[in-house]
Amino acid sequence: MTSYNANMMAVLKRLYMGLILFFMYAPIAVLIIFSFNASRSRGTWEGFTLDWYIRLLNDQHTQRALRNTVLIAIFSTIFATAIGTVAAIGIDKLKKRSRTAIMLVSRVPVMMPDVIIGISLMMLFLFVFRTLGVGSLGFGTMLLAHVIFNVPYVILSVTPKLRQLDPNLYEAALDLGSNPLRAFVQVILPELWPGVVTGAMLAFTMSVDDFMVSFFTTSPGVQNLSIRIFSMTRRGVDPSINALSTIIFVVVMIMLILINRRDRRLIHKNAEDD
Amino acid sequence: MKKETRNVTRKVLLVLAMAIAAMLAFAACANNEPDTHSHTQTTDVSAVTSSTVNHPPLNVANWGLFIYEPVLQMFEAEYGIEVIYSTYSTNEELYTMIARGGAEFDVIVPSDYMVERMINEGLLVPLNWDNIPNADYIFPRFKGLAFDPNNLYSVPYKWGTFGIVYNTTKVDQVVDSWSILWDEAFAGEIFLYDSSRCTMGAVQRMLGFSMNSRDHGELNQVRDALMQLGPNVRAFLADQIIDNMIGGEGALATVYNGCAMWITYYNPDHNYVVPQEGSQLWFNSMVIPASTRNQANAEKFINFMNRPDIAYLNTRYTRYSTTNIGAFERIPEDWQNCPIYWPCDETLARGEVFVDLGDFRADFELAWTQILLASN
Amino acid sequence: MRRLFTYPYIVWLAIFVIAPLLLVFFYAFSGTDADGYTYFTFQNINKFFEGIIEGQPFFQRIYVRVATRSLRMALQTTVICFLLGYPLAHILASKGFRDKPILLFLFIMPMWMNFLVRTYGWMTILERNGIMNNLLRRMNLPTIDILFTDSAVLLGMVYNFLPFMVLPIYTALTKMDKRIIEAAQDLGASPRSVFLRVVFPLSMPGVVSGITMVFMPAAATFIIPNLLGGGQFFLLGNLVEQQFLLVGNWHFGSAVAVVMIVLMLVSTFILSRFDRQTEASEGGMRL
Repeated sequence: MTSYNANMMAVLKRLYMGLILFFMYAPIAVLIIFSFNASRSRGTWEGFTLDWYIRLLNDQHTQRALRNTVLIAIFSTIFATAIGTVAAIGIDKLKKRSRTAIMLVSRVPVMMPDVIIGISLMMLFLFVFRTLGVGSLGFGTMLLAHVIFNVPYVILSVTPKLRQLDPNLYEAALDLGSNPLRAFVQVILPELWPGVVTGAMLAFTMSVDDFMVSFFTTSPGVQNLSIRIFSMTRRGVDPSINALSTIIFVVVMIMLILINRRDRRLIHKNAEDD
Repeated sequence: MKKETRNVTRKVLLVLAMAIAAMLAFAACANNEPDTHSHTQTTDVSAVTSSTVNHPPLNVANWGLFIYEPVLQMFEAEYGIEVIYSTYSTNEELYTMIARGGAEFDVIVPSDYMVERMINEGLLVPLNWDNIPNADYIFPRFKGLAFDPNNLYSVPYKWGTFGIVYNTTKVDQVVDSWSILWDEAFAGEIFLYDSSRCTMGAVQRMLGFSMNSRDHGELNQVRDALMQLGPNVRAFLADQIIDNMIGGEGALATVYNGCAMWITYYNPDHNYVVPQEGSQLWFNSMVIPASTRNQANAEKFINFMNRPDIAYLNTRYTRYSTTNIGAFERIPEDWQNCPIYWPCDETLARGEVFVDLGDFRADFELAWTQILLASN
Repeated sequence: MRRLFTYPYIVWLAIFVIAPLLLVFFYAFSGTDADGYTYFTFQNINKFFEGIIEGQPFFQRIYVRVATRSLRMALQTTVICFLLGYPLAHILASKGFRDKPILLFLFIMPMWMNFLVRTYGWMTILERNGIMNNLLRRMNLPTIDILFTDSAVLLGMVYNFLPFMVLPIYTALTKMDKRIIEAAQDLGASPRSVFLRVVFPLSMPGVVSGITMVFMPAAATFIIPNLLGGGQFFLLGNLVEQQFLLVGNWHFGSAVAVVMIVLMLVSTFILSRFDRQTEASEGGMRL
């Protein structure tokens, strides 16, 4: 009887999970299917075509937007990870009171709604440009804005690892004749690495998916993918965007499968070793 | 436990790295594309590309669906000036972009009343007509309009009307008045154009007012009428109305004649009417904002857009009426005779051109916000 | 080394976090007269609350209505996300799932595809003649017409914010010390009371961060109401966007932003009452 109940529960759990996943992936499935639709309008299916993929190859605006998105994600991740890691280490060494204060301010970009970050940075940039008399919103300001809102994610991921760190480790390295920089790179950094990686991942994800902050901190001439799509929604989205989403989806999916396979094999091997 | 998290982290990191690599590869393809393109062309292209270095790129902002985009590449190839093209969807959006600074534009395409406002606020530079010889192709009747009476700042680009497009399978009545929008038969069947002046202007005409009225009493009547329209309104949209009407999502919509050209072409069940009470007559003109870094190049661009073959490509693709005699002569006769594309004089006589509202603007926008809030 | 690491970051915070906020407050409490002079004023904040004091009819209290509607929709979104998300996080964290990494990944992956495109996908599904209604028609069922209504906006918000509710709860549940649960079971607690008295209270930090990560973003979004609400769902985010990009009134736009900041602080304060433990683990990861 209990095993029947347990089975029942397991089935229900899987069913629930399946329903939510269906909910999450329904619009994505629609995008994929309609990227092959011969009709321009959304609702109706008028036969199979690859036209939108061909069109995508010729659509320089979307390609430029994609390039901006990728470049900004990569560079903002690199900068934010560097700044955030260093800052986290610095903060960790402070006295409790100043540490709490700085952590509170650091967290502001995470807590604040995106719109407010967007408009406040826009005002800051325009204020500086007006004062200096030169400069304009564009790639640089959008990149800087992404670094600004990504830094806290790195700090918040690295800090817990710092807490777990043995405070004597660094001292020991120094005692053994290592210079501070080497001690940091060879002893501290490897311990922090998982936190740094999590932070970088979060930063990358946030940057790729951002619309609001980018929207306010760039000029219309420099778009990322989100802004490009937003300007398209005003006049009906060109299905070549569906084609692009399909390509991104397939690439990520294939990688997931490949890695999972490799991992299964590893798990099997580990199990045999045990 | 720890091992497991480390495994997951490593795995995720791998996916991330591969995703970046794949995206970069794609972006790189995108990057190379123009290069491979230029290889296939003849030698004079290399001369052009070398001259590209000397010119700053030209920043052009225009309405969505308002240009045949390959034309931009033709301009780039011919003049060796890179064009950075962006779009906006209301005059107000364009205005704040220009007025707040922090973005340099070389050519923009505001409507009549916005041209007037920008001239008054000193945001535009006078044109050097010697650089725009193709302006001779513009119909004389589009020159010297009220918003730029001495023809100093603007070159008319497109013009048209604003009216009602309706689905004949859903609407049996004769459509000749804005008041049909209030018919109870069309609950949840109407799309309104998401622009304060267009939609409220239509109602101003319906109630017998001027579209340029600055009377608070009249404004309140217009607002109240539109607030009562709530149950009939399905959504306030911009050019998405085109896709929605083609897909049969609504019975009536207020649109520009250019939108109506698209809708009636892709779904012939539709008809377009400029109501008896009259409507907006609009002109979108190319102008050069004061922030330009290279006025001569901006003028080259404007001149290029007025070349009859280029103007023809634009009007043919966008389906918005041209201001260019050379382009008009090239379009097929069925368009020349189409009342949507080329409204007759009688329709035009019912039209009114927007004038900038000055200080009344704030009250006007406030009323619009109230309407949006009341519509559901 | 401590100084070398800390001081540049403090300068960074001052320029890129504090200064922009000061600008928001500066504009919110100032006005510009006809000659371009700036003066101190409360008029922008008053404008937001106008109509309340004068006792005007409800439809004239424009901005307060925008605020109440935003809060209502954000609250609904948060509640639905919690009700859907908690069981999900619980299932994901339970032992029975061998494919846990894949499942987790499946939940994160949609975030890598642009949220605007995904929201647009919903429009294709929900249209009058869209996919869902075509299927319903084929099965001779009544059609559902929710696109451009508040149901559609709600659906879009839940769809976009659900992962932000699930992930922190999941993290809290997996971090939990399993021995406490075993101890409770050994002491004879029923599964129900184990959950209510042990598991749920211990997962509270996750719930609190989940709520934080859903509520304010939901109250501030302007893109989802814009797309799925057909331009008629005017929320606080839309108001800010309108003031900065259409009207060009930075003073009033900033005033709206200040109201939002105050709302955020109030909600964070209320939530922190429920969550003393997060205070203790200050600096811990809050995603």
